[in-house]
Amino acid sequence: MRGAFTRTLVELAEQDPRILLLTGDLGYTVLEPFAERFPDRFFNVGVAEQNMVGLATGLAEAGFIPFLYSIATFASLRPYEFIRNGPILHQFPVRIAGVGGGYEYGPAGATHHALEDVGVMRLQPGLTVIAPADHEQARAALLATWDLPGPVYLRLGKDDRTTIPGLDGRFELGRAQLIRGGADLLMITMGSVAIEVATAADALAAQGIRCTVMVVASVRPAPVEDLAEVMAGFRLALTVEAHYLEGGVGSLVSEVIAERGLR
Amino acid sequence: MEESPLSSRQIRRIILDQSKRAHVGHIGSALSIADIIAALYQNVLSTPDLDDPDRDRFILSKGHAVLAVYAALFLKGWLSEQSLNTYCADGTLLGVHPEHALRGVDFSTGSLGHGLSMGAGAALAARLQRSSRRVFVLVSDAECNEGSLWEAVMFAAHHGLSNLIAIVDLNGQQALGYTDQVLSLTPMAERWRAFGWDVHDVDGHDVKAITETIASLDTTSGPPHVLIAHTVFGRGVSYMERQIKWHYWPMSDSEYRRALDEIDATP
Repeated sequence: MRGAFTRTLVELAEQDPRILLLTGDLGYTVLEPFAERFPDRFFNVGVAEQNMVGLATGLAEAGFIPFLYSIATFASLRPYEFIRNGPILHQFPVRIAGVGGGYEYGPAGATHHALEDVGVMRLQPGLTVIAPADHEQARAALLATWDLPGPVYLRLGKDDRTTIPGLDGRFELGRAQLIRGGADLLMITMGSVAIEVATAADALAAQGIRCTVMVVASVRPAPVEDLAEVMAGFRLALTVEAHYLEGGVGSLVSEVIAERGLR
Repeated sequence: MEESPLSSRQIRRIILDQSKRAHVGHIGSALSIADIIAALYQNVLSTPDLDDPDRDRFILSKGHAVLAVYAALFLKGWLSEQSLNTYCADGTLLGVHPEHALRGVDFSTGSLGHGLSMGAGAALAARLQRSSRRVFVLVSDAECNEGSLWEAVMFAAHHGLSNLIAIVDLNGQQALGYTDQVLSLTPMAERWRAFGWDVHDVDGHDVKAITETIASLDTTSGPPHVLIAHTVFGRGVSYMERQIKWHYWPMSDSEYRRALDEIDATP
């Protein structure tokens, strides 16, 4: 997804000179295509995520669309208050790309495991939160959101090869995508782990258990209607995500059940 | 000599009037920067129009002293008396910290250590847009406790943001004590110099000196600039000067009258 991010961003930057890319000294072998094509619009700000967000706030006030890049924990948690008091409070078009949601930096250890980034970002008013499931959906999500007037958090995976059969690069703000249909079990998922859910659904289908699988990439605005509609047909919804239950898609689904009074 | 409509004295009067009317504190912090604000709004900031994209930007990073800025906006004619009189009232945009929704405020602040980063971004934006506009950021000395401020200091020096001018309100005080007792920042000028900034010590209560120092800066090339403004917390009201309690304390009726008398008696 991070490769798709850079490739798509280069295309967009060719069309729109407002686009800038800032990194907190991360993105080796990922960001070079942008840095080489637009050396004057690329800034490695050093290992200083708070300043990166503050810079982006100042740049956005003047009309730029700054994209920020770091590992998901460092992109979201370290500068969290700067995000709150900067792009969110001012409603500026800053885009924060956090790479490696969930356990994707597994061997790197707990400091690199982004298990609450979506949750903390969901708390902030006026912030669009996107968690694509594969690189094709990441591209579609970027094309759909790069020009939004307000801020965006983009949770990216590292995998640029796997595509989820049935997803076909679909993305729409405020909507969820059905990738499998079946009456026996409902699974709702978010992010790169969706491929495991699709694989499990196919394995269950081989045993005669037919699953419906829904992918939530537009975490905010949340696909409330799609979730309510699909859950109305099931007694049980299983959520799968590389995130704490609190704040993630598990919470989101619980909120929809509670708010809609689903049984 | 006729008093300028935007004088330090006028700013101080408004600080006292509004603090008393609203019965709120942060008086000493606002008095500390009254002369810096007078210099900026009377002599320095190029603001042909509040919506002009090429206007100079000003960020009050020590947001809690914003009453001095409201006073300047009022004296410039950009804020009505009616609005000024809503300071700290229900539903107002004129709170204890600046809100960008208020015309004349470019950036919301209030959390210390944030303004210089936004200012560096604004200065970088001006350079990318080939604009000659400048960015001024007023920080407190205690704000330099924040590590994030030094991230911005490093960035601005590395990128030679000569159109960025920081002003440190060096009054030696913070919320609970004197800075040398809480977390020493001495020597302040040497610290900024070591990070590659062009450093100028200045009397922070001398409007002429502040104005002339800023006028002498090369904002087209070279390093970013910082004025180390030596100030007295609570300046102009003798019983507030260098007193920790006036960071938070509101005035009684008699304290207000005495403060106003002192401001009016100051030459």
